[in-house]
Amino acid sequence: MTATAEPEIGKARVRKEDEHLITGRTRWTDNIVLPGLQHIAILRSPVAHARITAIDTTAARGMPGVVAVFTGADLAAEQGSLPNAWPITEDMKAPAAPSLAVDTVNFAGEAVAVVVARSAYEAQDALEGIDVDYDDLPVVLDLAAAAADGAELVHPDLGTNVSAVWTFDSAAAGTGGDVEDAIRDGEVVLRRTYRQQRLIPAFMEPRSVVVDPTGPQLTVWSATQIPHILKLMLAMTLDIPEHKVRVIAPDVGGGFGGKLQVTPEEVIALLVARRLGKPVKYTESRSESMLAAHHGRDQIQKLTLAARRDGTVTGLKVELLADMGAYLRLVTSGIPILGAFMFNGIYKFPAYHFTCTNVFTNKVPTDAYRGAGRPEATFAIERMMDELAAELSRDPLELRAQNWITHEEFPFDTVAGLTYDSGNYEAATAQARELFDYDALRREQAERRERNDPVQLGIGTSTFTEMCGLAPSRVLGSLSYGAGGWEHAAIRMLPTGKVEVVTGSSPHGQGHETAWSQIVADQLGVPFEDVEVIHGDTQSSPRGLDTYGSRSLAVGAVAVVKAAEKVIAKAKPFAAHMMECAEDDLEFTDGRFRVTGTEKAVTLAEVALAVFAAHDLPDGLEPNLDSEATYDPDNFSFPHGTHLCATDVDTETGEVRIRSYVCVDDIGHVVNPLIVDGQVHGGLAQGIAQALYEEAVHDESGTLLSGSFAEYLLPSAVDLPMFTTGRTETPATTNPLGVKGVGEAGTIASTPAVVNAIIDAVRHLGVSDIEMPCSPMRVWQAIQTAEGGAR
Amino acid sequence: MRISVTVDGTTYNDDVEPRLLLVHYLRDRLGKVGTVIGCDTSNCGACTVHLNGYSVKSCSVLAVQADGGDVTTVEGLSRDGKLHPVQEAFRDNHALQCGFCTPGMIMQTIDLLAEDPHPDELAVRHGLEGNLCRCTGYQNIVKAVQDAAHRLEAKAGAPKADSAEAVR
Repeated sequence: MTATAEPEIGKARVRKEDEHLITGRTRWTDNIVLPGLQHIAILRSPVAHARITAIDTTAARGMPGVVAVFTGADLAAEQGSLPNAWPITEDMKAPAAPSLAVDTVNFAGEAVAVVVARSAYEAQDALEGIDVDYDDLPVVLDLAAAAADGAELVHPDLGTNVSAVWTFDSAAAGTGGDVEDAIRDGEVVLRRTYRQQRLIPAFMEPRSVVVDPTGPQLTVWSATQIPHILKLMLAMTLDIPEHKVRVIAPDVGGGFGGKLQVTPEEVIALLVARRLGKPVKYTESRSESMLAAHHGRDQIQKLTLAARRDGTVTGLKVELLADMGAYLRLVTSGIPILGAFMFNGIYKFPAYHFTCTNVFTNKVPTDAYRGAGRPEATFAIERMMDELAAELSRDPLELRAQNWITHEEFPFDTVAGLTYDSGNYEAATAQARELFDYDALRREQAERRERNDPVQLGIGTSTFTEMCGLAPSRVLGSLSYGAGGWEHAAIRMLPTGKVEVVTGSSPHGQGHETAWSQIVADQLGVPFEDVEVIHGDTQSSPRGLDTYGSRSLAVGAVAVVKAAEKVIAKAKPFAAHMMECAEDDLEFTDGRFRVTGTEKAVTLAEVALAVFAAHDLPDGLEPNLDSEATYDPDNFSFPHGTHLCATDVDTETGEVRIRSYVCVDDIGHVVNPLIVDGQVHGGLAQGIAQALYEEAVHDESGTLLSGSFAEYLLPSAVDLPMFTTGRTETPATTNPLGVKGVGEAGTIASTPAVVNAIIDAVRHLGVSDIEMPCSPMRVWQAIQTAEGGAR
Repeated sequence: MRISVTVDGTTYNDDVEPRLLLVHYLRDRLGKVGTVIGCDTSNCGACTVHLNGYSVKSCSVLAVQADGGDVTTVEGLSRDGKLHPVQEAFRDNHALQCGFCTPGMIMQTIDLLAEDPHPDELAVRHGLEGNLCRCTGYQNIVKAVQDAAHRLEAKAGAPKADSAEAVR
């Protein structure tokens, strides 16, 4: 690595991406108009489980502007089954997953018929002209009931609602002791059951897809996080030669895991376009998005924690029920497994057991949502640590310090089988305590409790870590995941000295163009402005595994560094030739090859121009500096941090107000602090929203009641506080940038911090749990119930 | 129905269906795709534009209601290649990530600052309550709005017509 006089890495660079976004010169998928473009509307099932006995499309076909109508029967022979890439066990049950329902519907919102018309309005109108007869089947909604023997079945042909049972046991794995021994011998044993409610990712840009079948390749524009995976999966699912598909993710308006999917709508649009020989567009409404785009979380966690009376935790047993919904989408089955390795958090207790039962219900499938498995695990352990602190009348931070891995103990092999490379929980916690003014708030809490203030103060703590930077391919392989976790980058040196960087990591708000430019500017000693970052098109960026799991910087940007190193190595013999010296006499700094100990130098740009002209090059060298690299990390990265939340809880109304929120995150080296703070803020907002506001609610028939932004409470500006963000920098030792990833940290850490704070405010009233989201009604009821019980 | 609407300084005369929403008229008929649609219940505010100087959610206005009116979208804010101060403030404060809510946020901010040139934090939050953002947690948006207020104040020393135009 080379350093420029003033390093770009670490600068709070204003983003390159913003100019077009603030002026409206944007390229959203829904903006695309092509000659002959036809518009698709989708008729969706109003019922959660039924047999389709008849579909009459006659009236629709005769409506103005209608070009064609297709049902599941029409596309059955070509639509295949939507892919699931994560068979977590050899005997995992996975039902066929049609894009367009053929004879049964398994969730309300499932696609049943497609209208193609000349305008979007006409397509929408014609949905009224389709008549579907449904024969109701028993609706399976309750997760626990669905998992029980004798339950009505979502997929009767599978003979069970249980898709798979997956287990990790530290005694069996040789990573620790037997948790049953720990529980038997525990001086304190706490048993709790927590519910991770169903959430909706709710990216702001509704999903949209345009398919053009008129060229030599099928071109698919999609509002997706995963253009590369989508290309591969469309080819495999629909039996299209892979080289005949091109996928483009243009501007993409948020994802949060919600666009990490191969969707029925993408498949439908492709099949319809191919049938008609015309380009088609489908853009969902928000209501359709809430109904039919995958949801997140939806787990029940049964937890048993064993400890000694001195506060030392001795074991944790986790029995998880996870709601898959009606089908297994791309990584539905693996989401709970991503949490399995994180229930031990930052602690070094010696025994751990995890069992997860994946269960089908008649609801839209669940899948990745920001954090994916790790927020659930962090919530569980951080809530349990607060419960243990309360049980033993200990300060929750002090109890954590007693159990956490100290900074001298890294690298640390955890009871869940991972190796944490680095961390400093003491430093992050010390900074957070200070920024929060922890001791003063504790004093105020005591005073307000003393005077019986109707508004009680609660302090919540969350000391988290996460595994991210997905991921080492070999580890993913050992978990039966269908792909690897490498990332690809290419660097093109242009004759004028400008640089094109091609990345396989496909952004949708994260700021890759800016951050990658900063990194390349330092690596090659070129100005930040001279770097163009190219992404999101399988033609210009043919290799990649896309953006999710906080992997872009820790994997994708490291590939960029490796490619830059190759550019310099390739340029060196040319530079030596130009200056008539030996390669060994050259050093590369600030974008120049300099003859050591002299002022004689050529810039990389000069070398690029000479190589382009190719008039006078050393014999046997290819006239080309372009380089590419594929990076597969040896380990995950492990960001961590300490989050402290103070809430005012009105014991008379149940209203919760976040009074202050302090987080100190350790994400290793920071490339752009502006972007990092933004990622943390947004993550916090989503985690807080889980604690306080959001829930996908179904009625007893399986109808989604929270099906629009009027009912699903995405927080607005008035619902959130100002956050205080701090940082410690303990570099990752597993990659040359020392970076860890920041996309999910805020979401993972904040939910338990908020709920711990609420419970802390009312625990003296006898409340030890409130189900999320902690709405005023739920908080008030919990207080009433506890006080009623006390009377 | 025949309508005549001025959008970002250009007057358009068009036949439209009575049911056509203003946002669809802007996007599909005029190609003003900088204005986007984020929901179908008028909750998200992504489609916010100015109609006769006041912010409206263009998904909740019919194109025919804009007949004879003057519409400004995010595409009409920069003048002579110079960004509007609110646009600059959003960029400089990292008040956007994916950028999908940004056109609406910027248009609503301009309206908010026209009504209250020096809003405190709470006033900013209330002023933007009808515009949802999923990426930023709003913190940098609040900062950007207050920063924009300072920038506009600094500009207000300049000729009046310019500042009125800049604000509305």
